Amino acid sequence: MSSRIQNRQRRDFIRGSLTMIPAITLGSGVTLTAQAAEQAPALSDYSPLFFNDDEWAFILAACDRLIPSQGNGPGALEAHVPVFIDRQLDGDYGHATDWYMEGPFVAGSPDLGFQYPYTPREVYQRGIALTQRWCQQTHGASFDALDAQTRDQVLSDLEKGNIDFAAMDEEWLPAADFFSGLLQNTHEGYFADPIYGGNRHMGPWKMVGFPGARGSFRDWVDQHDVEYPLGPVSLSGERG
Amino acid sequence: MAIQKAPVDAVIVGLGWSGSIMGMELTDAGLNVLALERGADRTHEDFAYPKPADELAYGYRHKMMQKPKQSAVTIRRGLDERALPQRKLGAFLPGDGVGGAGAHWTGVLIRPTPTDLALKSFADENFEPGVLQEDMQIQDFGVSWDELEPHFTFFEKVCGQSGTTGNLNGEIQEGGDPFEGPRSEPYPLPALQDTQNTVMFDKAARQLGYHPFPNPSANVSRAWTNPYGMQLGPCNYCGFCSKYGCLNYSKASPQTCILDALKRRSNFEYRTHANVTRVELAPDGKTATGVTYVDGDGNEVFQPADIVVLASYSLNNVRLMLNSKIGKPYDPISRTGVVGRNYAYQVGGGISMYFDDIEFNPFATAGATGRMFNDFSPGNFDSAKHGFIGGAKMHSSQATGTPISMPLPKNTPKWGVGYKEALQKHYGHHMKLSMTGSVMSYRTNMLDLDPTWKDPYGMPLLRMTFDWKENEQKLSMFMRDRLREIADILKPDYRDESFQLEGSHFKVTSYVSTHNVGGAVMGTDPSTSAVNRYLQSWDVHNVFVPSGSAFPQNFQANPTDLIGALTYWCAKKIREDYLKNPGPLMSA
Ligand SMILES: Cc1cc2nc3c(=O)[nH]c(=O)nc-3n(C[C@H](O)[C@H](O)[C@H](O)COP(=O)(O)OP(=O)(O)OC[C@H]3O[C@@H](n4cnc5c(N)ncnc54)[C@H](O)[C@@H]3O)c2cc1C
Ligand code: SF4
Repeated sequence: MSSRIQNRQRRDFIRGSLTMIPAITLGSGVTLTAQAAEQAPALSDYSPLFFNDDEWAFILAACDRLIPSQGNGPGALEAHVPVFIDRQLDGDYGHATDWYMEGPFVAGSPDLGFQYPYTPREVYQRGIALTQRWCQQTHGASFDALDAQTRDQVLSDLEKGNIDFAAMDEEWLPAADFFSGLLQNTHEGYFADPIYGGNRHMGPWKMVGFPGARGSFRDWVDQHDVEYPLGPVSLSGERG
Repeated sequence: MAIQKAPVDAVIVGLGWSGSIMGMELTDAGLNVLALERGADRTHEDFAYPKPADELAYGYRHKMMQKPKQSAVTIRRGLDERALPQRKLGAFLPGDGVGGAGAHWTGVLIRPTPTDLALKSFADENFEPGVLQEDMQIQDFGVSWDELEPHFTFFEKVCGQSGTTGNLNGEIQEGGDPFEGPRSEPYPLPALQDTQNTVMFDKAARQLGYHPFPNPSANVSRAWTNPYGMQLGPCNYCGFCSKYGCLNYSKASPQTCILDALKRRSNFEYRTHANVTRVELAPDGKTATGVTYVDGDGNEVFQPADIVVLASYSLNNVRLMLNSKIGKPYDPISRTGVVGRNYAYQVGGGISMYFDDIEFNPFATAGATGRMFNDFSPGNFDSAKHGFIGGAKMHSSQATGTPISMPLPKNTPKWGVGYKEALQKHYGHHMKLSMTGSVMSYRTNMLDLDPTWKDPYGMPLLRMTFDWKENEQKLSMFMRDRLREIADILKPDYRDESFQLEGSHFKVTSYVSTHNVGGAVMGTDPSTSAVNRYLQSWDVHNVFVPSGSAFPQNFQANPTDLIGALTYWCAKKIREDYLKNPGPLMSA
């Protein structure tokens, strides 16, 4: 597929789903300015600490489908979930600092938990590369160049294990595990305190009505079946 | 060559709940006491507002918990499966650092019943031969209600237990649990405030003829000064309780209830980043000479002591005993040996209910918030008829409303537009009906040392063999049917359920509970118990193991009230008899 078509599809993807984001830079270096809803550091101003350009384009395109902008409330991109994931992978979590990573590694029942020698960083690197390879083979384009519907199909195939990483010479990592880690981190980034980079301006908290780090409800606990009237506060003292 | 330290009278391994209690009791007796804690120090500054209000750090990155890197457990479901290491935390979340799991527990502080302490005798009286599973190995604790009652009462005062008294010296009290064992004194403090879910649960349970009462709580409902002079402030219902340190000095923990008082005593010392690897034995193997630990700089240190108290949490205590060759390891084939025998756990299950038009405000809650009833604990209903022994506490609890862990109906999409819509539709509109069930002990539910994997100090990991057995599956089905009757009355717009029914197996990946018990059980017969009824090793008389590892099987509620009471019971015997005359407190 020509790079011109890829670029057009990238633009469609950005137009279709990033209208709330002031500007965004994708891996190819294409910068597009879309309708800005608010002035604040944009996703495009963020330089990933861990992901390379190709991986970053994948993460943006995947998060955009996992929690889309469509409908009420922010999507994962407006909430800066990709920033959260990148920063997590750059820190202790990404390096599996607290986990038991001694060999031998032996495959077993999934009910016995994760058993491969990869840190979350390695899971993302391998998972993204394999998915990109599969997209090139199957659709002739990288994941981030696919339209929304096709991206949803790819994600769903990862989730169900329909994409066979083992057949692509991956010894340990099943597609479904890569997907579930990505989904879990997306949920975390959407709802974790904004100090971790996601949940921007507490948009997701406001959307569901979670008051954040207020931590004091003695005068509210006996107000049964009444909607809580105050917006959230964050660990850094931001108010919503 | 290991560094050699000056001897102490008593060394305590682990500074969580039982270690802190032992520290208090043994310093009271005038001993020079040293506690060794493998984790970091943690004081009120670590828990100052707003630090704990961080779901990612505490709920998901397990900031306060045991690091598998330092101490993992390998797990298998049966003798013929290969155990694999639990490489990241999941089903249970043991503590790490001063305070242990006692700093991040929920704080449901509830007693077992007198029947629970003598379950084998109860079974012999009430079950025809052949009704119970042949591989069950249940036993009496070997200590009676009357012996333990004063210790429950004292520990509950230390914690500022809040709740409604049900049985005061044999007289049933309105609003409390009519099935509780007789208390010598009422609850120290009144119950926590009700929430929307507790009111609904209470009404439905009463309609069905049950006897609901407020969850007994160590999140204090009022200001409280405990017997050590430690002050707790009334709970804020902050919503960051279970898995978090308390930001308000309201949750009973070693920090809020004991440690500041203990640290002021000149005959008490504690060292952090001191990971005990072995108890050292005298050449005849009959006494311990002290313990070996690895300090924060990686040095091996020998700490001589006259008394060794293992207070490092049930699983770690059993591992230390096995790695130190204290007592005979259990063999499930010949059914001989005692260390590692009768490991047990807690079975959970519940019905999630969603009400589109009811606001539950789940963020405005204390960890222990809830109502329960005990109509289905052993002796209160005929379980023999249904082919199982044991019971469950039936409850609607609401520990937290943090959003990453928000419950959603099982049939909602996990991602995409439908997911986002579901978040908005269901957040704050959910309540749960739960059962917390007993788990009996069995021939093949056990602990031993893993043959393959080791910790960073070169010591074998603990291997856990555990699965759900038919008895607990039958119990779960029975309790499920009772909870369904409650749900039918409450008529949610949507509900789903999850229980350990026939054919289910233990999964290590998602949280079950940190109520791991057994493995070094107490008793009066050295062929079936690792410690005697005073929690003293049968084999090495100056080693005491006051912890959940002493439970011969698990009862239908949270373990820590019993762990606390057993620790005081053990300390009393050390103070009154052992110090005068060191040696076995019971003859085999
Ligand atoms: C999320 C959660 C919720 C809970 N909720 C409840 C509840 O509501 N009600 C209830 O009754 N119970 C509850 N529990 C269980 C409760 O926390 C434990 O029963 C209790 O803390 C056990 O006390 P302990 O003294 O045996 O162990 P801990 O309090 O865990 O203390 C053990 C200490 O030993 C240290 N240690 C371990 N190994 C070594 C070693 N080799 N060398 C040196 N130090 C070592 C550990 O770091 C730790 O600090 C909960 C637990 C968790 C995790
Ligand atoms: S709910 Fe109460 S006891 Fe629990 S952490 Fe918050 S203030 Fe402390």
